[in-house]
Amino acid sequence: MLLPEELETEIQTMVREAEHVEEKLIDIIYLLQNHFGCFSDVALGHASRLTGKTTVELEELCTFYDFIYRRPVGRFVIHVCDGVACWMHHENSLFQYLCDKLGVGVGEVTEDGLFTVLPTACLGNCHNAPAMLINGKHYGRLTPKKVDEIIDELRENADNIIQCLCR
Amino acid sequence: MSERVLLKNMRSDCGPVGFDEYRQLGGYEALERAVRTMTPDEVINMVTESGLRGRGGAGFPAGRKWGFVRKDAPHPRYIQSNTDEMEPGTFKDRVLVNTDPHLVIEGITMAAYAVQADVAVFFIRPSYNDDAELIERELSAAREAGMLGKNILGSDFSFDIEVHRSAGRYICGESSAQANAIMGKRPNPDKTGHMTSSGLWGMPTVVNNVETLAHVPHIIRNGVEWFKGLAATPTGDGTKLYCVSGEVVDPGCYELPMGTRLGDIIFEHAGGMLPGAEFKTCIPGGASTSFVTQAQLATPMDFDSMKAAGLSLGTGSIVVFDKNTCLVQATINILTYFARESCGWCTPCRDGIPYMLSLLQDIEAGDGTEADVKRLETVAAGMAHAYCGFAPGAASTVKGLLRSFRDEVREHLDGRGCPFGDMEKPKPGDWKVLDRDAS
Ligand code: SF4
Ligand code: FES
Repeated sequence: MLLPEELETEIQTMVREAEHVEEKLIDIIYLLQNHFGCFSDVALGHASRLTGKTTVELEELCTFYDFIYRRPVGRFVIHVCDGVACWMHHENSLFQYLCDKLGVGVGEVTEDGLFTVLPTACLGNCHNAPAMLINGKHYGRLTPKKVDEIIDELRENADNIIQCLCR
Repeated sequence: MSERVLLKNMRSDCGPVGFDEYRQLGGYEALERAVRTMTPDEVINMVTESGLRGRGGAGFPAGRKWGFVRKDAPHPRYIQSNTDEMEPGTFKDRVLVNTDPHLVIEGITMAAYAVQADVAVFFIRPSYNDDAELIERELSAAREAGMLGKNILGSDFSFDIEVHRSAGRYICGESSAQANAIMGKRPNPDKTGHMTSSGLWGMPTVVNNVETLAHVPHIIRNGVEWFKGLAATPTGDGTKLYCVSGEVVDPGCYELPMGTRLGDIIFEHAGGMLPGAEFKTCIPGGASTSFVTQAQLATPMDFDSMKAAGLSLGTGSIVVFDKNTCLVQATINILTYFARESCGWCTPCRDGIPYMLSLLQDIEAGDGTEADVKRLETVAAGMAHAYCGFAPGAASTVKGLLRSFRDEVREHLDGRGCPFGDMEKPKPGDWKVLDRDAS
């Protein structure tokens, strides 16, 4: 499967201009992940071809990180904080609430392809616990009502919302 | 109200201060002074004399660290500035970057001038994507104004800053793991050499937390005596960003004199406990520090005083617990985090943390015995033999639990399980409407 010309050129330029291509691997993985929806084997093949790194080197790297998804995820990945401050404000039920509401288990994709719920380390929003992060945006002091509103709004505007690099 | 330094430019709308505004407020004057009138050694000496210690957790004197870079060390030399805070309870760097990005940029550049670095890598965690974009924008503004790039402010000092987006793992906050992450390798810590002689790409590298770096322009502008005078205690240094979260009325990030007493931060500045909640304990410096007792609330929050009290300042991030919260459950939560975030390199950490976790889960379920408590103690002590500071950090909550709240652990034994189970209060896992949300 070929990459769109624009993406191919963008990555080639990144590789050419980098003093050390290794420094750019994560950015390149992010770009491919956003194009393919996740960092699939096909995406990994492209990363290897374009950077000259072996698939093993890339696999070793990308399996380490939280924000690189080797399996399909929804268009919006909902990172729910399970750090201790959020836990104390009962984020477990935030997690459960989201899974029930969306009808998915951890890491699954909703039928409409829009959402995946993942637990995540502290989001740096502890003073607004319980907190979650979606598409680079922080949401805090969550209540069931607020969560409903956020999900509705994302659903309604899904087509117009630009995907952020680290989603 | 004590003097604010790092957050002194904070706007009323909390938006980031842009380049022009920062300049008008006296920004980049310190950099100008340094590159025009001071030698790098003079900058290092001033920072050393000020007593500024690293705010990332280890508390190592910043000036001394810079001094480790030999004068004849090869180029390129690097600065790794760290905004990877992922420790539960910690969010000060995010506040700082969003309040005054140029203060951070100026601080990094001052450190670079001191060690004659060529490039800085600004390491940002993925959940701070907005902050990464903000910094990239402001870096361009600084570059256009001649504060970065070739021949900064017309001097012969050239230097630039790159942003590196991480893909998210707590261990990336450890300096050598972070270097590996930047170099596109699996980010395990690597203690085989010193970063200051062989860090990024094998070259001299200085790693500093952004809060540490943000102090530097102020020290150069206002002097060593002024900086020393900011602290509340004789061995404290300057001001400190204390993050407060948990069951308090006003959780947030407070800039206070280094050495402000723990109890004062919670009860005066953060507004005390939420209505209906009663203080039980807190972890004073992020999730890798241990639970304190009521009696320890009088401890000044600086590196030395905390150490003398058998505690650690860590990142100065205080998470406050209510009397009705089960500390065994809280420790389970914290260990679950550490078990997940372990890089898996060494056995004590990879196997020891899940083992402690399962012992605690047994205790919580009422299946634990006194022998399990002993075992927990032994394994926690064994964490000192792990490869890096991660595992001892994880063990410190367990140690604190067993040291100061042993009775509460015992209440769980003998088949009875969690004594907090029948409380009328919502348990962790339930939604709770907090009083502060009503407004
Ligand atoms: S202590 Fe934990 S984080 Fe540190 S090297 Fe060992 S496994 Fe990795
Ligand atoms: S503990 Fe949830 S954002 Fe920090």
